[in-house]
Amino acid sequence: MNSLTIAGRELRSLFLSPLAWTMLGISQLILAYMFLTQIDFYLTIQPKLVGLANAPGITDLVIAPLYGNAAVIFLLITPLITMRLISDERRNKTISLLFSAPISMTDIILGKFLATFIFLLIMLFSITLMPLSLTPIATIDFGKLSACLLAMVLLLAAFDALGLYMSTIASQATVAAVCSFGALLLLWIIDWAGSNSGNASPLFEYISMMRHFESLLRGLVHSTDVLYFVLFIAGFLILSVRRLDNDRLQK
Amino acid sequence: MKQTNSRMSSLIEVNNVSRHFGEHCAVDDVSFSLNQSEILGFLGPNGAGKSTTMKMICGNLAPSVGEIKIHGYDILEQPKLAKAELGFLADTPPLYTDLTVDEYLQYCAKLRGLKAGAITTSVTEGKDNCGLADMGHRLIANLSKGYQQRVGIAQAILHKPSVIILDEPTVGLDPIQILEIRQLIRQLGQKHSVILSTHILPEVQQSCSRVQIIHHGKLVLNESIDSLNNRMSSSSLLVKFKRPVDISMLKSLSDITDITETSDNQFRIQHGQHKNPAETIANLAVNENWGLLELTPETHNMEQIFLSLTQAEPHDE
Repeated sequence: MNSLTIAGRELRSLFLSPLAWTMLGISQLILAYMFLTQIDFYLTIQPKLVGLANAPGITDLVIAPLYGNAAVIFLLITPLITMRLISDERRNKTISLLFSAPISMTDIILGKFLATFIFLLIMLFSITLMPLSLTPIATIDFGKLSACLLAMVLLLAAFDALGLYMSTIASQATVAAVCSFGALLLLWIIDWAGSNSGNASPLFEYISMMRHFESLLRGLVHSTDVLYFVLFIAGFLILSVRRLDNDRLQK
Repeated sequence: MKQTNSRMSSLIEVNNVSRHFGEHCAVDDVSFSLNQSEILGFLGPNGAGKSTTMKMICGNLAPSVGEIKIHGYDILEQPKLAKAELGFLADTPPLYTDLTVDEYLQYCAKLRGLKAGAITTSVTEGKDNCGLADMGHRLIANLSKGYQQRVGIAQAILHKPSVIILDEPTVGLDPIQILEIRQLIRQLGQKHSVILSTHILPEVQQSCSRVQIIHHGKLVLNESIDSLNNRMSSSSLLVKFKRPVDISMLKSLSDITDITETSDNQFRIQHGQHKNPAETIANLAVNENWGLLELTPETHNMEQIFLSLTQAEPHDE
């Protein structure tokens, strides 16, 4: 209940600033362009696919790549949304309002997390409208589409949790943004080491966020992948609560 | 200072609290308690540990040593129950400048766990109390500093907490607003206990029922305003005569304990408290034709007491 109150205020402030609207508009524009080029590509290779048995459909060739591209765009913009969550409250001294109110640190963190997560879900919804617009003219594999959506929801929550944690650490919003972008990008590409020579470290492969995301995106819902994201999200949320709690103890 | 059965009487109990920041000791073994309908003035020079103490009482900082109880609840062990009884205005009012006054106060009321039905009435009351009745739809960012301060106070009293803690509430207000806020604080003090931190000494004399002075993290004074007023009341007279006088005649007057000559024909006459010999001195001067030029009671004001307490102390760092 308390976290919903905090989330409500946070979302309201988000939409009162031009940042949220700009992000919604620009990401939609870029992804729409990518979506069109993907459809164009599909139309050129469609005649060749006709003869193939078990040929990939429009879901594999248009929709999954769209979400793959969206993931990269979210990688860029999530840090910008999460950067202010806690560091701005500290900077404007509004954090004392939260600390002296009868709410727990968990309420604060969950509220902040929910607000940005809801915003990211709104973005995801407006992106999903594009593949859905194909339903009247093409047959879409809804099983694969829901796997893609699950992948996106988990990925966004993971981005959000990490960004929130960075915001609890950093005293300046921009520092939080740079740190979370760096951390996310590193987690994204960490399995590149040795992947060409074929002796990649299995640990790096497990840590890599992209591995788990891409197998979900292909429609393979493995419990290991889902668990990876759940652990990732819960881990960073708990770390954030601990870090915020630490504010009272040390300075 | 420790009271065992204090749940009924004292709303705030601070027992042997210290706070270190690394090597620096900001608050050193401070103990005090505050009863219902008391207004405590919390004084001290900059960096004396006022704000740190207040932040600890409000749970924004955890004390290194010691315990703090609000309404009988330990601030660290039962933070939710303790904080429900607290209203806090930090030295910088915690305002979300992109909200309107109404939105902000409603948010604060919800955070304090007020029921949906009670929110509207308490927001209206809070605004009325702080003179914000017409400001509900204004953006906080567009308000003047004084009005922002009022919003900060409104936020602290919204949920009618039993303990209200105000850290320099009158900073940035104009003289009329300061008077209004002081009146408001006195009014609040009738039902709640209030801790008021300030640099402004007359403010303490006018609004508070008790005074504490903190210096280098230590409490150096904890007295009720009445006994402090007693201390401040005059116990000496400054007199000046036109012509030379016979001091022995002055000394023979009753109630006079000591006479020192400060300059030519000017004397400081010490006398017992509550026994003012001014009238007899005036009569004597007229009878003897000394030509009385000046007769003023010397009062110790708050400032002198404050300075003597905070400057005489040796610097231990």
